[in-house]
Amino acid sequence: MANHSPEAAKTVEPLKVAKKSSILYSQKVAPYFFVLPFILSFLIFFAYPVLSAINMSFQEVLPGQVKYIGLSNYRGLWNPTFLKAITNSSKYTLFSLLILIPIPLLLAVFLNSKMMVAKNFFRSTLFIPALTSVVVAGTIFRLTFGELEGSLMNTIITSFGFEKQRWLGKEHLAMFTLVTLAAWRWIGINLLYFMAGLQNIPKELYESAEIDGASKWHKFSWITIPLLKPITIYVFTISIYGGYSMFTESYMLWNGNRSPNDIGLTIVGYLYRNGLEQNNLGLGSAVGIALLVLTFIITIGQLKLFGMFKKEE
Amino acid sequence: MKTTEKHKWSMNTVLLLLLFIVFAVFALFPLVTLLIASFKPAQELMRFGLNLRISPDIFSFKNYTYLFTGNSLYLTWYKNSLVITAIFTVLCLFFSSMVGYGLAVYQFRFRNFIFALVLITMMVPIEIIILPLYKLSINLNLINSIWGVILPFAAAPLPIFFFRQYASCLPKDFLDAARVDGTTEFGTFFRIMMPLMAPAFSSMAILQALFAWNNFLWPLIVLRTTEQLTIPIGLATLLTPYGNNFDMLISGAVVAIVPILLVFLFFQKYFIEGMTAGGVKG
Repeated sequence: MANHSPEAAKTVEPLKVAKKSSILYSQKVAPYFFVLPFILSFLIFFAYPVLSAINMSFQEVLPGQVKYIGLSNYRGLWNPTFLKAITNSSKYTLFSLLILIPIPLLLAVFLNSKMMVAKNFFRSTLFIPALTSVVVAGTIFRLTFGELEGSLMNTIITSFGFEKQRWLGKEHLAMFTLVTLAAWRWIGINLLYFMAGLQNIPKELYESAEIDGASKWHKFSWITIPLLKPITIYVFTISIYGGYSMFTESYMLWNGNRSPNDIGLTIVGYLYRNGLEQNNLGLGSAVGIALLVLTFIITIGQLKLFGMFKKEE
Repeated sequence: MKTTEKHKWSMNTVLLLLLFIVFAVFALFPLVTLLIASFKPAQELMRFGLNLRISPDIFSFKNYTYLFTGNSLYLTWYKNSLVITAIFTVLCLFFSSMVGYGLAVYQFRFRNFIFALVLITMMVPIEIIILPLYKLSINLNLINSIWGVILPFAAAPLPIFFFRQYASCLPKDFLDAARVDGTTEFGTFFRIMMPLMAPAFSSMAILQALFAWNNFLWPLIVLRTTEQLTIPIGLATLLTPYGNNFDMLISGAVVAIVPILLVFLFFQKYFIEGMTAGGVKG
Protein backbone atom coordinates (compact mmCIF):
# COMPACT_ATOMS: atom_id res chain seq x y z
CA MET A 1 0.00 0.00 0.00
CA ALA A 2 3.05 2.25 -0.18
CA ASN A 3 2.34 3.34 -3.70
CA HIS A 4 1.03 6.83 -3.17
CA SER A 5 4.31 8.69 -3.68
CA PRO A 6 4.56 8.16 -7.46
CA GLU A 7 0.97 9.24 -7.93
CA ALA A 8 1.84 12.90 -7.44
CA ALA A 9 4.68 12.80 -9.94
CA LYS A 10 2.58 10.94 -12.48
CA THR A 11 0.81 13.94 -13.93
CA VAL A 12 4.09 15.71 -14.65
CA GLU A 13 5.89 13.03 -16.56
CA PRO A 14 3.86 9.87 -16.97
CA LEU A 15 6.30 7.98 -19.16
CA LYS A 16 9.32 8.40 -16.98
CA VAL A 17 7.43 7.39 -13.88
CA ALA A 18 6.01 4.43 -15.69
CA LYS A 19 9.51 3.22 -16.34
CA LYS A 20 10.79 3.99 -12.88
CA SER A 21 8.05 2.19 -11.03
CA SER A 22 6.95 -0.17 -13.72
CA ILE A 23 6.00 -2.66 -11.06
CA LEU A 24 3.00 -0.49 -10.24
CA TYR A 25 1.88 -0.66 -13.84
CA SER A 26 2.60 -4.30 -14.46
CA GLN A 27 -0.44 -6.38 -15.19
CA LYS A 28 1.64 -9.43 -14.34
CA VAL A 29 2.43 -8.39 -10.79
CA ALA A 30 -0.80 -6.55 -9.97
CA PRO A 31 -3.08 -9.60 -9.53
CA TYR A 32 -0.77 -11.08 -6.91
CA PHE A 33 -0.80 -7.80 -5.07
CA PHE A 34 -4.59 -7.74 -5.16
CA VAL A 35 -5.04 -11.25 -3.81
CA LEU A 36 -2.33 -10.83 -1.19
CA PRO A 37 -4.71 -10.04 1.73
CA PHE A 38 -6.54 -13.30 1.13
CA ILE A 39 -3.35 -15.33 0.74
CA LEU A 40 -1.94 -13.98 4.00
CA SER A 41 -5.19 -14.42 5.86
CA PHE A 42 -5.65 -17.90 4.40
CA LEU A 43 -2.17 -19.04 5.42
CA ILE A 44 -2.13 -17.48 8.90
CA PHE A 45 -5.74 -17.71 10.02
CA PHE A 46 -7.00 -20.75 8.12
CA ALA A 47 -4.43 -23.20 6.74
CA TYR A 48 -2.15 -23.03 9.78
CA PRO A 49 -5.01 -23.47 12.30
CA VAL A 50 -6.50 -26.37 10.31
CA LEU A 51 -3.15 -28.18 10.13
CA SER A 52 -2.52 -27.33 13.74
CA ALA A 53 -5.92 -28.73 14.74
CA ILE A 54 -5.11 -31.98 12.93
CA ASN A 55 -1.72 -32.07 14.64
CA MET A 56 -3.07 -31.25 18.10
CA SER A 57 -5.74 -33.92 17.81
CA PHE A 58 -2.93 -36.49 18.09
CA GLN A 59 -1.33 -34.74 21.04
CA GLU A 60 -1.74 -34.31 24.73
CA VAL A 61 -1.31 -30.56 25.13
CA LEU A 62 -0.27 -29.55 28.63
CA PRO A 63 1.18 -26.20 29.59
CA GLY A 64 4.86 -26.34 28.75
CA GLN A 65 4.88 -29.83 27.32
CA VAL A 66 3.34 -31.53 24.35
CA LYS A 67 3.34 -35.24 23.76
CA TYR A 68 2.09 -37.35 20.85
CA ILE A 69 -0.41 -39.90 22.04
CA GLY A 70 -1.57 -41.38 18.75
CA LEU A 71 -5.28 -41.95 18.44
CA SER A 72 -6.05 -41.67 22.15
CA ASN A 73 -8.00 -38.43 21.76
CA TYR A 74 -10.17 -39.98 19.08
CA ARG A 75 -10.68 -43.07 21.21
CA GLY A 76 -11.60 -40.71 24.06
CA LEU A 77 -14.43 -39.37 21.90
CA TRP A 78 -16.25 -42.68 22.17
CA ASN A 79 -18.10 -41.70 25.33
CA PRO A 80 -21.77 -41.21 26.19
CA THR A 81 -21.48 -37.43 26.52
CA PHE A 82 -20.01 -36.89 23.06
CA LEU A 83 -22.47 -39.34 21.53
CA LYS A 84 -25.22 -37.35 23.18
CA ALA A 85 -23.78 -34.15 21.71
CA ILE A 86 -23.74 -35.75 18.24
CA THR A 87 -27.31 -36.98 18.69
CA ASN A 88 -28.49 -33.56 19.82
CA SER A 89 -26.77 -31.75 16.95
CA SER A 90 -28.10 -34.27 14.43
CA LYS A 91 -31.66 -34.04 15.74
CA TYR A 92 -31.47 -30.26 15.76
CA THR A 93 -30.18 -30.21 12.17
CA LEU A 94 -32.79 -32.69 10.98
CA PHE A 95 -35.75 -30.91 12.59
CA SER A 96 -34.62 -27.49 11.45
CA LEU A 97 -34.27 -28.81 7.88
CA LEU A 98 -37.79 -30.27 8.07
CA ILE A 99 -39.14 -26.86 9.00
CA LEU A 100 -36.77 -24.43 7.35
CA ILE A 101 -36.92 -25.83 3.81
CA PRO A 102 -40.64 -26.50 3.08
CA ILE A 103 -42.17 -23.60 5.02
CA PRO A 104 -40.03 -20.78 3.59
CA LEU A 105 -40.31 -22.36 0.13
CA LEU A 106 -44.11 -22.35 0.28
CA LEU A 107 -44.19 -18.87 1.78
CA ALA A 108 -41.93 -17.64 -1.02
CA VAL A 109 -44.23 -19.13 -3.66
CA PHE A 110 -47.27 -17.55 -1.98
CA LEU A 111 -45.54 -14.22 -1.57
CA ASN A 112 -44.61 -14.30 -5.23
CA SER A 113 -48.15 -15.04 -6.40
CA LYS A 114 -50.33 -12.45 -8.07
CA MET A 115 -53.02 -12.96 -5.44
CA MET A 116 -50.88 -11.73 -2.59
CA VAL A 117 -50.93 -8.15 -1.34
CA ALA A 118 -48.50 -6.14 0.81
CA LYS A 119 -45.64 -8.34 -0.35
CA ASN A 120 -42.80 -6.08 0.71
CA PHE A 121 -44.29 -5.52 4.12
CA PHE A 122 -44.48 -9.23 4.89
CA ARG A 123 -41.08 -9.97 3.38
CA SER A 124 -39.50 -7.34 5.65
CA THR A 125 -41.48 -8.27 8.74
CA LEU A 126 -40.61 -11.95 8.49
CA PHE A 127 -36.97 -10.95 8.06
CA ILE A 128 -36.74 -8.81 11.22
CA PRO A 129 -35.92 -11.71 13.62
CA ALA A 130 -32.77 -12.35 11.57
CA LEU A 131 -31.46 -8.96 12.66
CA THR A 132 -31.29 -9.94 16.31
CA SER A 133 -28.19 -11.53 17.74
CA VAL A 134 -28.47 -15.03 19.14
CA VAL A 135 -27.82 -13.48 22.54
CA VAL A 136 -30.92 -11.32 22.30
CA ALA A 137 -32.99 -14.10 20.74
CA GLY A 138 -31.77 -16.59 23.33
CA THR A 139 -32.70 -14.24 26.16
CA ILE A 140 -36.22 -13.84 24.82
CA PHE A 141 -36.75 -17.55 24.28
CA ARG A 142 -35.31 -18.53 27.60
CA LEU A 143 -37.85 -16.29 29.34
CA THR A 144 -40.74 -17.18 27.02
CA PHE A 145 -40.08 -20.87 27.60
CA GLY A 146 -39.41 -20.41 31.30
CA GLU A 147 -40.69 -22.99 33.75
CA LEU A 148 -42.71 -20.45 35.74
CA GLU A 149 -46.47 -20.65 35.54
CA GLY A 150 -46.67 -17.08 34.28
CA SER A 151 -44.17 -17.51 31.45
CA LEU A 152 -45.70 -17.00 28.06
CA MET A 153 -45.62 -20.58 26.79
CA ASN A 154 -47.01 -21.91 30.05
CA THR A 155 -49.75 -19.30 30.04
CA ILE A 156 -50.68 -20.37 26.52
CA ILE A 157 -50.75 -24.11 27.16
CA THR A 158 -52.49 -23.86 30.54
CA SER A 159 -55.21 -21.77 28.92
CA PHE A 160 -55.79 -24.79 26.64
CA GLY A 161 -56.05 -26.99 29.71
CA PHE A 162 -52.58 -28.55 29.67
CA GLU A 163 -50.20 -28.80 32.61
CA LYS A 164 -47.41 -26.25 32.83
CA GLN A 165 -44.11 -27.57 31.57
CA ARG A 166 -40.42 -27.30 32.38
CA TRP A 167 -39.56 -26.41 28.79
CA LEU A 168 -35.84 -26.21 29.27
CA GLY A 169 -35.64 -29.12 31.66
CA LYS A 170 -36.96 -31.98 29.57
CA GLU A 171 -35.23 -33.50 26.59
CA HIS A 172 -37.99 -33.27 23.95
CA LEU A 173 -39.22 -29.89 25.07
CA ALA A 174 -35.66 -28.54 25.08
CA MET A 175 -35.23 -29.67 21.48
CA PHE A 176 -38.59 -28.15 20.63
CA THR A 177 -37.44 -24.83 22.09
CA LEU A 178 -34.16 -24.90 20.16
CA VAL A 179 -35.89 -25.70 16.87
CA THR A 180 -38.52 -23.01 17.46
CA LEU A 181 -35.74 -20.52 18.06
CA ALA A 182 -34.05 -21.61 14.82
CA ALA A 183 -37.33 -21.33 12.95
CA TRP A 184 -37.93 -17.87 14.35
CA ARG A 185 -34.54 -16.53 13.29
CA TRP A 186 -34.23 -18.29 9.93
CA ILE A 187 -37.61 -18.42 8.20
CA GLY A 188 -37.19 -14.85 6.92
CA ILE A 189 -33.69 -15.49 5.57
CA ASN A 190 -34.55 -18.71 3.76
CA LEU A 191 -37.67 -17.01 2.42
CA LEU A 192 -35.38 -14.43 0.81
CA TYR A 193 -33.24 -17.14 -0.75
CA PHE A 194 -36.24 -18.90 -2.24
CA MET A 195 -37.69 -15.61 -3.49
CA ALA A 196 -34.38 -14.84 -5.19
CA GLY A 197 -34.59 -18.29 -6.76
CA LEU A 198 -38.15 -17.68 -7.95
CA GLN A 199 -37.12 -14.44 -9.66
CA ASN A 200 -34.77 -16.45 -11.86
CA ILE A 201 -37.51 -18.70 -13.24
CA PRO A 202 -38.54 -17.40 -16.68
CA LYS A 203 -42.20 -16.29 -16.76
CA GLU A 204 -42.64 -17.79 -20.22
CA LEU A 205 -42.46 -21.27 -18.73
CA TYR A 206 -45.58 -20.62 -16.68
CA GLU A 207 -47.33 -18.93 -19.57
CA SER A 208 -46.78 -21.81 -21.94
CA ALA A 209 -47.81 -24.26 -19.22
CA GLU A 210 -51.03 -22.30 -18.80
CA ILE A 211 -51.70 -22.53 -22.52
CA ASP A 212 -51.25 -26.29 -22.23
CA GLY A 213 -53.88 -26.23 -19.49
CA ALA A 214 -51.63 -27.06 -16.54
CA SER A 215 -53.17 -26.69 -13.09
CA LYS A 216 -51.59 -24.68 -10.27
CA TRP A 217 -50.34 -27.87 -8.68
CA HIS A 218 -48.79 -29.05 -11.92
CA LYS A 219 -47.04 -25.75 -12.43
CA PHE A 220 -45.72 -25.93 -8.89
CA SER A 221 -44.49 -29.50 -9.07
CA TRP A 222 -43.24 -29.48 -12.68
CA ILE A 223 -41.77 -26.01 -12.99
CA THR A 224 -41.26 -24.33 -9.62
CA ILE A 225 -39.81 -27.22 -7.63
CA PRO A 226 -37.36 -28.48 -10.28
CA LEU A 227 -36.15 -24.99 -11.15
CA LEU A 228 -35.66 -24.10 -7.49
CA LYS A 229 -33.32 -27.05 -7.13
CA PRO A 230 -30.03 -25.09 -7.17
CA ILE A 231 -31.19 -22.65 -4.49
CA THR A 232 -32.71 -25.50 -2.46
CA ILE A 233 -29.39 -27.32 -2.51
CA TYR A 234 -27.68 -24.15 -1.36
CA VAL A 235 -30.13 -23.62 1.51
CA PHE A 236 -29.85 -27.30 2.42
CA THR A 237 -26.07 -27.07 2.57
CA ILE A 238 -25.89 -23.93 4.69
CA SER A 239 -28.58 -25.32 7.00
CA ILE A 240 -26.58 -28.48 7.56
CA TYR A 241 -23.48 -26.45 8.37
CA GLY A 242 -25.44 -24.09 10.57
CA GLY A 243 -27.19 -26.95 12.35
CA TYR A 244 -24.08 -28.95 13.11
CA SER A 245 -22.10 -25.94 14.26
CA MET A 246 -24.87 -24.61 16.52
CA PHE A 247 -23.60 -23.53 19.92
CA THR A 248 -24.61 -20.02 20.96
CA GLU A 249 -28.33 -20.82 21.09
CA SER A 250 -27.73 -23.55 23.62
CA TYR A 251 -25.17 -21.41 25.46
CA MET A 252 -27.79 -18.70 25.91
CA LEU A 253 -30.71 -20.94 26.87
CA TRP A 254 -28.80 -22.71 29.61
CA ASN A 255 -26.47 -20.25 31.34
CA GLY A 256 -23.30 -20.91 29.41
CA ASN A 257 -23.50 -24.44 28.13
CA ARG A 258 -24.78 -26.03 31.36
CA SER A 259 -27.99 -27.83 30.50
CA PRO A 260 -29.40 -30.46 32.88
CA ASN A 261 -28.23 -33.94 31.81
CA ASP A 262 -26.66 -32.27 28.76
CA ILE A 263 -30.02 -32.16 26.99
CA GLY A 264 -28.85 -29.05 25.14
CA LEU A 265 -25.22 -30.04 24.59
CA THR A 266 -24.06 -29.76 20.96
CA ILE A 267 -20.86 -30.86 19.24
CA VAL A 268 -19.39 -27.36 19.39
CA GLY A 269 -20.59 -27.10 22.99
CA TYR A 270 -18.58 -30.25 23.75
CA LEU A 271 -15.59 -28.75 21.95
CA TYR A 272 -15.92 -25.55 23.95
CA ARG A 273 -16.27 -27.39 27.23
CA ASN A 274 -13.26 -29.63 26.73
CA GLY A 275 -11.00 -27.36 24.74
CA LEU A 276 -11.54 -24.04 26.46
CA GLU A 277 -13.19 -24.61 29.83
CA GLN A 278 -11.11 -27.66 30.72
CA ASN A 279 -8.16 -26.59 28.59
CA ASN A 280 -7.81 -29.99 26.94
CA LEU A 281 -6.75 -28.71 23.51
CA GLY A 282 -5.94 -32.18 22.21
CA LEU A 283 -9.38 -33.64 22.81
CA GLY A 284 -11.03 -30.39 21.72
CA SER A 285 -9.16 -30.49 18.43
CA ALA A 286 -10.19 -34.08 17.89
CA VAL A 287 -13.82 -32.93 18.33
CA GLY A 288 -13.22 -30.22 15.72
CA ILE A 289 -11.79 -32.68 13.21
CA ALA A 290 -14.64 -35.11 13.89
CA LEU A 291 -17.11 -32.29 13.20
CA LEU A 292 -15.30 -31.38 9.99
CA VAL A 293 -15.39 -34.98 8.75
CA LEU A 294 -19.03 -35.38 9.78
CA THR A 295 -20.28 -32.23 8.03
CA PHE A 296 -18.18 -33.09 4.99
CA ILE A 297 -19.63 -36.60 4.69
CA ILE A 298 -23.18 -35.36 5.16
CA THR A 299 -22.75 -32.57 2.63
CA ILE A 300 -21.25 -34.88 0.02
CA GLY A 301 -24.00 -37.43 0.70
CA GLN A 302 -26.64 -34.74 0.39
CA LEU A 303 -25.19 -33.42 -2.87
CA LYS A 304 -25.04 -36.98 -4.22
CA LEU A 305 -28.66 -37.48 -3.24
CA PHE A 306 -29.65 -34.40 -5.18
CA GLY A 307 -27.61 -35.64 -8.16
CA MET A 308 -25.33 -32.62 -8.05
CA PHE A 309 -22.30 -34.46 -9.39
CA LYS A 310 -24.08 -36.11 -12.29
CA LYS A 311 -25.46 -33.04 -13.99
CA GLU A 312 -22.73 -30.45 -13.71
CA GLU A 313 -19.61 -32.01 -15.21
CA MET B 1 -67.79 -16.87 -14.98
CA LYS B 2 -65.83 -13.75 -14.53
CA THR B 3 -67.46 -12.84 -11.23
CA THR B 4 -66.86 -16.29 -9.71
CA GLU B 5 -63.25 -16.07 -10.83
CA LYS B 6 -62.89 -12.72 -9.17
CA HIS B 7 -64.60 -13.94 -6.04
CA LYS B 8 -62.31 -16.97 -5.82
CA TRP B 9 -59.35 -14.66 -6.18
CA SER B 10 -60.22 -12.41 -3.35
CA MET B 11 -61.02 -15.45 -1.18
CA ASN B 12 -57.52 -16.79 -1.81
CA THR B 13 -56.04 -13.40 -1.10
CA VAL B 14 -57.78 -13.30 2.26
CA LEU B 15 -56.55 -16.78 3.12
CA LEU B 16 -53.00 -15.90 2.12
CA LEU B 17 -53.17 -12.69 4.09
CA LEU B 18 -54.34 -14.58 7.18
CA LEU B 19 -51.49 -17.06 6.77
CA PHE B 20 -48.93 -14.30 6.51
CA ILE B 21 -50.40 -12.42 9.44
CA VAL B 22 -49.91 -15.55 11.55
CA PHE B 23 -46.25 -15.69 10.52
CA ALA B 24 -45.77 -11.95 11.00
CA VAL B 25 -47.16 -12.25 14.52
CA PHE B 26 -44.80 -15.17 15.17
CA ALA B 27 -41.92 -12.99 13.95
CA LEU B 28 -42.75 -9.83 15.89
CA PHE B 29 -44.38 -11.21 19.03
CA PRO B 30 -41.16 -12.18 20.85
CA LEU B 31 -39.68 -8.74 20.18
CA VAL B 32 -42.81 -7.04 21.50
CA THR B 33 -42.68 -9.10 24.70
CA LEU B 34 -39.01 -8.11 25.08
CA LEU B 35 -39.90 -4.46 24.67
CA ILE B 36 -42.68 -4.72 27.27
CA ALA B 37 -40.42 -6.55 29.69
CA SER B 38 -37.76 -3.86 29.40
CA PHE B 39 -40.08 -1.44 31.22
CA LYS B 40 -40.73 -3.79 34.12
CA PRO B 41 -38.59 -4.43 37.19
CA ALA B 42 -36.67 -7.70 37.13
CA GLN B 43 -38.50 -9.12 40.16
CA GLU B 44 -41.62 -9.12 38.05
CA LEU B 45 -39.79 -11.18 35.40
CA MET B 46 -38.39 -13.61 37.94
CA ARG B 47 -41.85 -14.16 39.35
CA PHE B 48 -43.90 -14.38 36.18
CA GLY B 49 -41.50 -14.83 33.26
CA LEU B 50 -41.95 -13.04 29.99
CA ASN B 51 -45.56 -12.10 29.33
CA LEU B 52 -47.76 -9.46 27.82
CA ARG B 53 -49.13 -8.02 31.06
CA ILE B 54 -49.04 -4.23 30.91
CA SER B 55 -49.82 -2.40 34.10
CA PRO B 56 -48.95 1.26 34.61
CA ASP B 57 -48.00 0.86 38.27
CA ILE B 58 -44.97 -1.32 37.52
CA PHE B 59 -43.94 0.41 34.30
CA SER B 60 -40.86 2.62 34.48
CA PHE B 61 -37.78 3.74 32.55
CA LYS B 62 -35.58 2.67 35.44
CA ASN B 63 -33.87 -0.11 33.47
CA TYR B 64 -32.93 2.35 30.75
CA THR B 65 -31.69 5.06 33.06
CA TYR B 66 -29.53 2.45 34.78
CA LEU B 67 -28.03 1.46 31.42
CA PHE B 68 -26.93 4.96 30.58
CA THR B 69 -26.28 6.62 33.91
CA GLY B 70 -25.74 3.89 36.49
CA ASN B 71 -22.28 2.46 37.07
CA SER B 72 -22.95 -0.22 34.49
CA LEU B 73 -20.44 -0.97 31.73
CA TYR B 74 -23.12 -0.94 29.07
CA LEU B 75 -21.94 2.24 27.38
CA THR B 76 -18.37 0.93 27.30
CA TRP B 77 -19.59 -2.26 25.62
CA TYR B 78 -21.64 -0.23 23.21
CA LYS B 79 -18.61 1.85 22.29
CA ASN B 80 -16.48 -1.31 21.88
CA SER B 81 -19.12 -2.82 19.61
CA LEU B 82 -19.30 0.32 17.51
CA VAL B 83 -15.50 0.54 17.18
CA ILE B 84 -15.09 -3.14 16.30
CA THR B 85 -18.01 -3.08 13.85
CA ALA B 86 -16.68 0.04 12.12
CA ILE B 87 -13.06 -1.10 11.81
CA PHE B 88 -14.03 -4.63 10.85
CA THR B 89 -16.46 -3.50 8.17
CA VAL B 90 -14.01 -1.04 6.60
CA LEU B 91 -11.10 -3.50 6.60
CA CYS B 92 -13.21 -6.39 5.43
CA LEU B 93 -14.68 -4.42 2.52
CA PHE B 94 -11.29 -3.04 1.53
CA PHE B 95 -9.56 -6.42 1.54
CA SER B 96 -12.35 -8.47 0.06
CA SER B 97 -13.10 -5.98 -2.72
CA MET B 98 -9.41 -5.97 -3.60
CA VAL B 99 -9.20 -9.74 -3.72
CA GLY B 100 -12.52 -10.18 -5.50
CA TYR B 101 -11.52 -7.57 -8.07
CA GLY B 102 -8.11 -9.19 -8.57
CA LEU B 103 -9.72 -12.58 -9.15
CA ALA B 104 -12.28 -11.17 -11.58
CA VAL B 105 -10.26 -8.77 -13.72
CA TYR B 106 -6.86 -10.40 -14.20
CA GLN B 107 -5.83 -13.55 -15.95
CA PHE B 108 -3.00 -15.11 -13.99
CA ARG B 109 -1.53 -18.46 -13.25
CA PHE B 110 -2.96 -19.29 -9.84
CA ARG B 111 -6.31 -17.60 -10.36
CA ASN B 112 -8.48 -20.71 -10.33
CA PHE B 113 -6.44 -22.27 -7.56
CA ILE B 114 -6.87 -19.21 -5.33
CA PHE B 115 -10.56 -19.04 -6.10
CA ALA B 116 -10.87 -22.70 -5.12
CA LEU B 117 -9.19 -21.84 -1.79
CA VAL B 118 -11.78 -19.10 -1.26
CA LEU B 119 -14.56 -21.63 -1.79
CA ILE B 120 -12.92 -24.12 0.57
CA THR B 121 -12.71 -21.57 3.40
CA MET B 122 -16.38 -20.87 2.78
CA MET B 123 -17.19 -24.54 3.29
CA VAL B 124 -15.41 -25.06 6.61
CA PRO B 125 -17.29 -23.96 9.75
CA ILE B 126 -15.01 -21.66 11.76
CA GLU B 127 -15.97 -23.50 14.94
CA ILE B 128 -13.55 -26.21 13.86
CA ILE B 129 -10.49 -24.00 14.03
CA ILE B 130 -11.28 -21.89 17.09
CA LEU B 131 -8.94 -23.84 19.38
CA PRO B 132 -5.78 -23.51 17.25
CA LEU B 133 -6.84 -19.97 16.37
CA TYR B 134 -7.07 -19.24 20.09
CA LYS B 135 -3.57 -20.66 20.63
CA LEU B 136 -2.27 -18.64 17.70
CA SER B 137 -3.87 -15.47 19.05
CA ILE B 138 -2.11 -15.97 22.36
CA ASN B 139 1.22 -16.28 20.54
CA LEU B 140 0.53 -13.24 18.37
CA ASN B 141 -0.50 -11.23 21.42
CA LEU B 142 -3.98 -10.69 20.05
CA ILE B 143 -5.89 -11.89 23.10
CA ASN B 144 -8.11 -9.29 24.74
CA SER B 145 -7.57 -6.78 21.94
CA ILE B 146 -9.99 -5.61 19.29
CA TRP B 147 -7.47 -6.67 16.62
CA GLY B 148 -7.76 -10.21 17.85
CA VAL B 149 -11.49 -10.03 17.15
CA ILE B 150 -11.07 -8.32 13.79
CA LEU B 151 -8.01 -9.65 11.97
CA PRO B 152 -8.70 -13.40 11.63
CA PHE B 153 -11.92 -12.76 9.68
CA ALA B 154 -11.08 -9.54 7.86
CA ALA B 155 -10.45 -11.20 4.49
CA ALA B 156 -13.74 -13.10 4.54
CA PRO B 157 -14.53 -15.55 1.73
CA LEU B 158 -18.21 -14.67 1.23
CA PRO B 159 -17.63 -10.98 0.37
CA ILE B 160 -14.64 -11.96 -1.78
CA PHE B 161 -16.95 -14.29 -3.68
CA PHE B 162 -19.57 -11.56 -3.99
CA PHE B 163 -17.13 -8.87 -5.18
CA ARG B 164 -15.64 -11.30 -7.68
CA GLN B 165 -19.07 -11.94 -9.21
CA TYR B 166 -19.80 -8.23 -9.25
CA ALA B 167 -16.46 -7.11 -10.65
CA SER B 168 -16.53 -9.65 -13.48
CA CYS B 169 -19.64 -7.89 -14.83
CA LEU B 170 -18.02 -4.43 -14.88
CA PRO B 171 -17.30 -2.88 -18.29
CA LYS B 172 -13.65 -3.31 -19.21
CA ASP B 173 -13.52 -0.06 -21.26
CA PHE B 174 -12.95 2.04 -18.15
CA LEU B 175 -10.06 -0.17 -17.22
CA ASP B 176 -8.38 0.22 -20.61
CA ALA B 177 -8.97 3.97 -20.64
CA ALA B 178 -7.34 4.35 -17.23
CA ARG B 179 -4.36 2.29 -18.33
CA VAL B 180 -3.88 4.44 -21.41
CA ASP B 181 -3.99 7.49 -19.15
CA GLY B 182 -1.08 6.06 -17.22
CA THR B 183 -2.81 5.27 -13.95
CA THR B 184 -1.25 2.51 -11.87
CA GLU B 185 -3.15 -0.75 -11.61
CA PHE B 186 -4.01 -0.06 -8.00
CA GLY B 187 -4.95 3.54 -8.77
CA THR B 188 -7.33 2.27 -11.42
CA PHE B 189 -8.95 0.00 -8.90
CA PHE B 190 -9.12 2.63 -6.22
CA ARG B 191 -10.31 5.62 -8.22
CA ILE B 192 -12.23 4.15 -11.13
CA MET B 193 -13.39 0.62 -10.47
CA MET B 194 -14.20 0.94 -6.76
CA PRO B 195 -16.82 3.67 -7.31
CA LEU B 196 -18.37 1.49 -10.00
CA MET B 197 -18.78 -1.26 -7.43
CA ALA B 198 -20.68 1.01 -4.99
CA PRO B 199 -23.88 -1.10 -4.91
CA ALA B 200 -21.84 -4.19 -4.05
CA PHE B 201 -20.16 -2.23 -1.28
CA SER B 202 -23.51 -1.21 0.22
CA SER B 203 -24.80 -4.76 0.33
CA MET B 204 -21.62 -6.19 1.79
CA ALA B 205 -21.19 -3.32 4.28
CA ILE B 206 -24.56 -4.11 5.79
CA LEU B 207 -23.97 -7.85 5.84
CA GLN B 208 -20.52 -7.58 7.43
CA ALA B 209 -21.58 -4.91 9.92
CA LEU B 210 -24.48 -7.09 11.04
CA PHE B 211 -22.10 -10.01 11.40
CA ALA B 212 -19.61 -7.98 13.45
CA TRP B 213 -22.31 -6.40 15.62
CA ASN B 214 -23.91 -9.75 16.50
CA ASN B 215 -20.81 -11.97 16.44
CA PHE B 216 -20.54 -14.13 19.53
CA LEU B 217 -18.31 -17.19 19.70
CA TRP B 218 -14.97 -15.72 18.61
CA PRO B 219 -15.17 -12.46 20.62
CA LEU B 220 -16.27 -14.56 23.61
CA ILE B 221 -12.97 -16.41 23.37
CA VAL B 222 -10.71 -13.47 22.56
CA LEU B 223 -12.03 -10.78 24.90
CA ARG B 224 -11.07 -11.44 28.50
CA THR B 225 -11.72 -8.38 30.67
CA THR B 226 -15.16 -6.88 31.24
CA GLU B 227 -14.07 -3.45 29.96
CA GLN B 228 -13.16 -4.93 26.58
CA LEU B 229 -16.38 -6.82 25.88
CA THR B 230 -18.80 -6.19 23.03
CA ILE B 231 -22.55 -5.95 23.65
CA PRO B 232 -23.48 -9.60 22.95
CA ILE B 233 -20.70 -10.94 25.16
CA GLY B 234 -21.34 -8.33 27.83
CA LEU B 235 -25.04 -9.16 27.90
CA ALA B 236 -24.27 -12.88 28.11
CA THR B 237 -22.07 -12.29 31.18
CA LEU B 238 -25.15 -10.95 32.99
CA LEU B 239 -26.43 -14.51 33.13
CA THR B 240 -24.46 -16.38 35.73
CA PRO B 241 -25.06 -19.58 37.69
CA TYR B 242 -25.42 -17.37 40.78
CA GLY B 243 -28.07 -15.04 39.50
CA ASN B 244 -29.18 -13.13 36.47
CA ASN B 245 -29.16 -9.38 36.02
CA PHE B 246 -32.35 -9.16 34.00
CA ASP B 247 -32.81 -5.42 34.58
CA MET B 248 -29.83 -4.67 32.46
CA LEU B 249 -30.05 -7.66 30.14
CA ILE B 250 -33.51 -6.91 28.77
CA SER B 251 -33.15 -3.16 28.29
CA GLY B 252 -29.60 -3.71 26.99
CA ALA B 253 -30.91 -6.18 24.43
CA VAL B 254 -33.53 -3.69 23.26
CA VAL B 255 -30.99 -0.90 22.83
CA ALA B 256 -28.65 -3.30 20.97
CA ILE B 257 -31.29 -3.99 18.30
CA VAL B 258 -32.13 -0.33 17.68
CA PRO B 259 -29.24 0.62 15.35
CA ILE B 260 -29.67 -2.50 13.20
CA LEU B 261 -33.40 -1.97 12.97
CA LEU B 262 -32.87 1.63 11.84
CA VAL B 263 -30.33 0.66 9.20
CA PHE B 264 -32.68 -2.09 8.07
CA LEU B 265 -35.64 0.25 7.71
CA PHE B 266 -33.65 2.70 5.58
CA PHE B 267 -31.54 0.33 3.48
CA GLN B 268 -33.76 -2.71 3.05
CA LYS B 269 -32.81 -3.22 -0.58
CA TYR B 270 -29.11 -3.59 0.22
CA PHE B 271 -29.87 -5.82 3.15
CA ILE B 272 -31.76 -8.21 0.98
CA GLU B 273 -29.09 -8.21 -1.74
CA GLY B 274 -26.37 -8.79 0.83
CA MET B 275 -28.19 -11.58 2.59
CA THR B 276 -28.86 -13.55 -0.56
CA ALA B 277 -25.35 -12.93 -1.94
CA GLY B 278 -24.16 -16.49 -1.46
CA GLY B 279 -27.10 -18.06 -3.17
CA VAL B 280 -27.23 -15.95 -6.30
CA LYS B 281 -25.34 -18.41 -8.45
CA GLY B 282 -26.63 -21.45 -6.60
